[in-house]
Amino acid sequence: MTNASIVPAVIHEVPLQYYVFFATALFCIGVTGVLIRRNAIIIFMCIELMLNAVNILLTAFAAYRADPNGQVFVFFIMAVAAAEVSVGLGIIVMIYRNFQNTDVNLLSRLKG
Amino acid sequence: MQETVLPGATAPFSTLLYVLIPGLPFLGFLLNGLLNKKLSGTVAGAIGTLAVLGSFLLSVFLFVNFKYQYTVNLFDWISVGSLQIPFSYQIDQLSLLMLLLITGVGTLIHIYSIGYMHHDENVGKFFSFLNLFVFSMLILVLGANFVILFIGWEGVGLCSYLLIGFWNKNTSYNNAAKKAFIINRVGDLGFLLGIFLMYLTFNSVQYAEVFQKASLGQFGNHGVGVVTVITLLLFVGAMGKSAQLPLYTWLPDAMAGPTPVSALIHAATMVTAGIYLVLRSNVLFTLAPQTLEVVGIIGLATALFAATIGLAQNDIKKVLAYSTVSQLGYMFLALGVMGYTSSFFHVLTHAFFKALLFLGAGSVIHAMSNEQDMRRMGGLRKALPITFLTMLIGCLAISGIPPFAGFFSKDEILSHVYEHSKVMWIIGVFTSFLTAFYMFRLLFLTFFGEFRGTEEQRHHLHESPASMTLPLIVLAILSAVGGFMGAPMFVGKHYLADFLAPIFTYSRQIMPAAFNTEPEHSTEIMLMGISVAVAVFGIGLAYVLYVARAQRPVEDDAQRSAPENLVYHKYYIDELYDTIIVKPVMALSTGLYKFVENGIIDPIANGVGRVTLAGGQLLRAVQTGSVETYLILMVIGIVLILGLNFGRL
Repeated sequence: MTNASIVPAVIHEVPLQYYVFFATALFCIGVTGVLIRRNAIIIFMCIELMLNAVNILLTAFAAYRADPNGQVFVFFIMAVAAAEVSVGLGIIVMIYRNFQNTDVNLLSRLKG
Repeated sequence: MQETVLPGATAPFSTLLYVLIPGLPFLGFLLNGLLNKKLSGTVAGAIGTLAVLGSFLLSVFLFVNFKYQYTVNLFDWISVGSLQIPFSYQIDQLSLLMLLLITGVGTLIHIYSIGYMHHDENVGKFFSFLNLFVFSMLILVLGANFVILFIGWEGVGLCSYLLIGFWNKNTSYNNAAKKAFIINRVGDLGFLLGIFLMYLTFNSVQYAEVFQKASLGQFGNHGVGVVTVITLLLFVGAMGKSAQLPLYTWLPDAMAGPTPVSALIHAATMVTAGIYLVLRSNVLFTLAPQTLEVVGIIGLATALFAATIGLAQNDIKKVLAYSTVSQLGYMFLALGVMGYTSSFFHVLTHAFFKALLFLGAGSVIHAMSNEQDMRRMGGLRKALPITFLTMLIGCLAISGIPPFAGFFSKDEILSHVYEHSKVMWIIGVFTSFLTAFYMFRLLFLTFFGEFRGTEEQRHHLHESPASMTLPLIVLAILSAVGGFMGAPMFVGKHYLADFLAPIFTYSRQIMPAAFNTEPEHSTEIMLMGISVAVAVFGIGLAYVLYVARAQRPVEDDAQRSAPENLVYHKYYIDELYDTIIVKPVMALSTGLYKFVENGIIDPIANGVGRVTLAGGQLLRAVQTGSVETYLILMVIGIVLILGLNFGRL
């Protein structure tokens, strides 16, 4: 239940569009990073960046609309991110053990 | 006097009896076929012989206890709408006599084969094929409708192929087998068309129904002319199976098979299937006088034609082959002049003496270490006394010398022909002169004079073992006394004609004139006298040429005069068929292969494969193996999904 009257006036000091632009910019930076960087760990960092951009957006909307659903969803995302990172880093460690570096260009054995 | 078939008459004995008669040979076929290499030659031969002997004993039992015609219904075979074809057997005088003939002569030939094929490595296969043949032939004569007859018809054609090409390592034998089968098939086409037309006309293929309707003039919506067409088509089938002009060329080539095969299939049984067909459908043929004319003319022409070729042959089996074609011509001639009983009489006597002659020839070939050329034989009567004596009886029988069997049957045929047409009679008498001549030419060249073979062959000359000479003796006795079943002047009545009369009841109703004529006694004696005189003249001429003057046939590459050359090369008929039929068909086949198979069908089939491969190559480009490409594609994909789903908002 969203009630615009519950929202304190001070939140409206920073307009919602700023948060949207900010989150979008972060997300795009993250995507660009994933596509461009060669180091697997950096790619993971960019993925985290994307996730966090989404977190910011969700939190902003939750605050502006006094809707707790957004913040709850943020918790979910954080938990999932943690799990995914653990698995992903485990894979990267294995890659490092076999190739001695983490350059993704080397992972091309599935070439058809 | 037995009664004509009553459509409701039931079999007096259990169905098992009738199943066993063809069933025993079939069992023999299975046993010998499956246990082919595991059984010794003698055991295989024993199985085969006992199977046919069993059928013979059962047939004798049926014959002795025969009181009336009946049908044995085994099971409902084809039942589609109005098309009803039950699998049933017809037991009447004709089928009983054929049963006795097939199983009786068959047993003798099986016994003979035990000795003849003893050294062969595939004895088991031989006996299994022989049994399969007997099975098919029995189905043919037992069937109660034309379709079952056709099953047996095809079966014997198949077995003929299998047995002619028995020694299948030799390509020319395989070609002979193929030739026999293919020419038979040409005849079968006519036969099938005849059956179809028959069904359209009479709405049935069951003998009882078809013949009853025909005799009452019920031809569906057609006139009586349809019967002429049906009978002509059936006769085409008979021409192929019984080696009449122009479908006879397979029979001489069929001599490539082992001699017992020639004796059983190409002398005594399979080739008489055509005659059986005509005899069985005698009503239809009586209703179609034009067809009978055609049958008679073709029979006579075949008889003369083959006899002339037989004069110049040097292979002992080829002479007998052409003799068979010629005698079959006589049988069809008899049918053509509506001497049905005399035709069947000749079938029986011919089976006896032709089987005898073939088996005797086999004995000679066996003794001569597989030599078949008469120019290398000579003076064998001291080394092979039993064979000589029995073959002498056979030759006397076929030449028509009384009191042997051939005299009575051939004379009866000729007397029927005499009443029909004097010209045909003269040609028939001339042909019997030729028959006597070339048969005794065979006898004299083989058994008289000095031995013309190699020293090694002379060394191996020996009379055949008992398993081979016993059947010869039995057949010789049959050839000697078998004629008396149809010798009314000598024994009082014509046993065979009286027995067979019920088969021709409908024909007699339609055309009584042909059945009730009895030639005058004096005419009969005159005809008999002429026949015998002509035969004796033929024998005498052969004696003069081949014994007194000791003429010998020349080698293959010797010079011959033009007519001699024509006859020696069998009138170049094989070459003619090769040019006008075989070569065009082969050319068509090669053309189709090159242009349709290689040019159209193969590219389509291969093309489908190639398209699939090319498509695969194209799609493979997606699998680059590089993570970056996959990520980019993922991002693009997500953008597209979002754009297409929410872009319209």
